[in-house]
Amino acid sequence: MTILDQSPQTGEIAPVGKLGDRIFGGLARGAGILILVTLAAVALFLLSEAWPALTGDVTVLDGGDTLVEYIGPLVFGTFLAATLALVLATPLAVAVALYITHYAPKRLALTMGYFIDLLAAIPSVVFGLWGITVFAPLLAAHVYPWLEANLSFIPLFAGPASTSGRTMMTAGMVLAVMILPIITAISREVFLQTPRLHEEASLALGATRWEMIRQAVLPYGRSGVISGAMLGLGRALGETMAVAIILSPADLYTLNLISNQNSNTIAANIALKFPESSGLEVNRLIASGLVLFAITFAVNAGARRIARAGFSGAAG
Amino acid sequence: MTATLSAPSDQAPSGKNPLSSGRLGTMQHAGIGLAAIAIGILATIVSGGFKWGWALIFAAISYVVLIYVVARLLEDRRQATDRLATAVMTMSFVLVLFPLVSVAWTVISKGSARFDATFFSETMRLTPEQLASQNDGAEVGGAIHAVYGTLMVTGLAALLSVPIGLFTAIYLVEYGRGRLARWTTAMVDVMTGIPSIVAGLFAYALFVLVFGPGTRSGIAGSVALTVLMTPVVIRSAEEMLRLVPDELREASFALGVPKWKTIVKIVIPTAIAGILTGVTLSIARVIGETAPLLVTAGLAQDTNLNPFSDRIATLPVYTYQLYKFPTLPPQASIDRAWAAALTLVVIVGILFTIARVMSTILKPKGLR
Repeated sequence: MTILDQSPQTGEIAPVGKLGDRIFGGLARGAGILILVTLAAVALFLLSEAWPALTGDVTVLDGGDTLVEYIGPLVFGTFLAATLALVLATPLAVAVALYITHYAPKRLALTMGYFIDLLAAIPSVVFGLWGITVFAPLLAAHVYPWLEANLSFIPLFAGPASTSGRTMMTAGMVLAVMILPIITAISREVFLQTPRLHEEASLALGATRWEMIRQAVLPYGRSGVISGAMLGLGRALGETMAVAIILSPADLYTLNLISNQNSNTIAANIALKFPESSGLEVNRLIASGLVLFAITFAVNAGARRIARAGFSGAAG
Repeated sequence: MTATLSAPSDQAPSGKNPLSSGRLGTMQHAGIGLAAIAIGILATIVSGGFKWGWALIFAAISYVVLIYVVARLLEDRRQATDRLATAVMTMSFVLVLFPLVSVAWTVISKGSARFDATFFSETMRLTPEQLASQNDGAEVGGAIHAVYGTLMVTGLAALLSVPIGLFTAIYLVEYGRGRLARWTTAMVDVMTGIPSIVAGLFAYALFVLVFGPGTRSGIAGSVALTVLMTPVVIRSAEEMLRLVPDELREASFALGVPKWKTIVKIVIPTAIAGILTGVTLSIARVIGETAPLLVTAGLAQDTNLNPFSDRIATLPVYTYQLYKFPTLPPQASIDRAWAAALTLVVIVGILFTIARVMSTILKPKGLR
């Protein structure tokens, strides 16, 4: 730290520590600018490496798909898996957050909060291994045959049911387990911030606990829950390893959640193909990564907007 | 907290007390629970064969239905809805615990098979004799090279992202006014949401332009992890710096201390516990990242201590590759993959514990 040595102890005419301030302030400012530069670099470098695929002819590669034909099913699969995860995880996460903040004994609540934070940090590859070893066989043995037998008139469960369990449904459910801690953590935080006076006023008027939650807690926390869900959606969209391990992919569009033929996701497709790819194939994969970047960018921007609009509204 | 205010009659004996008359008592509640369990067990037996899983599911569903119906009959509609909400909330919590506990249990039980001294002393560069001995069940091969790789790649990422993150946080809290600060805040949010695979592709693209196509190196992996880690460091450091009371800064300025010295000597020491906790947690967050390392660092069979050239094995990629592409005999590879997964979870757990201990020990007196 050379900055420390330059501390001007003499302090004659110039304001004390002017040089130190300039250097330190410059470093801080530089770091801020570096963030902007990095983000621009991410977009630029991806674009430059995707360029040959964007402008060139990718139909010469195996499959003979154009770029849109290649990325289309992947975008579809990405949204399908993420939506499935979000639909499954959000209600549960809100219920768990409410249980922790308003029902559980305080001591248990603290421990649970810590446990859930820990779960959010468990590597995705571990969830993937668990999904394919434990969860997929369980679902394939007990749930999918039943769904196929009783609900196959719904396109989602048309079957034929996979015997390995490596389906979109399994992938979506594992993703749900993975994003649940994130949504729970954020919901828990906003629920805890509910003004105590609102809650007590509601109870004092004779509301039951559930009525109090509906009147005071949920309206206050709604925007927080939504932005938490959007964050979870962002994570589910970009989640790679769990899907790459679990899903048995095919190059098609399908809403069928329980068969062996599934639309792959962008991220999982990159992880599966990248290590063996070269030349234009790599450029094509990077082009699909650029699309994923754009999608998550839009989702996060949306989450930001909702969070900002919501929080200022909730204060009033 | 508010629970004590809401339902004073939950524990009160039913009957005489005017406050709790017309309310379900503890005994009735227990009765409903037992009835639900009985229905659950009966339902599985009737529908062909008793199974624990189905019995639990049926019992849970029938409890939710029963408590609502009974409360509806004995109490009123509002109480019934309240009891239904409580039951649903509790059931969701229990339901969520199942997969989470199952993940923990699976990793421990399957990972402990090869979680031994050999695993932490050997690499995957095996002699033909060792490879052959696997068929007789010998436990050879390990992941020490991947442990070194993970520590090195993550360490380099921390070395890059902690100064950048800390200075950015200082900029945002102490200096940031105007458009640049607003843009930086917005972009940090965007950066938080970058998918890990995209960060990996970025690092790959960057190093391809410098070193030519197909290049793999540890430093590329570190750059990818830096992109993921920096926003987390910024967010937590920013939050901690904002907690430092302005009175401390003002007192320092009043004594004629320059701003940078105030930050270095007053603000950062006050917030250091929170900052270090945040850094530790951000390391825990990225140490298990697989996708970016898969495309940047690849996998090696042997120890590589030079992050600037050639492939480097890391624990997450090691786990993935050995599971997805097992060598013969497959069970040996899969056991190693699980042991590596357990190692990762243990590392994450240790980092979490360190963070927790640090935040309690280093916290300055008088704050919070």
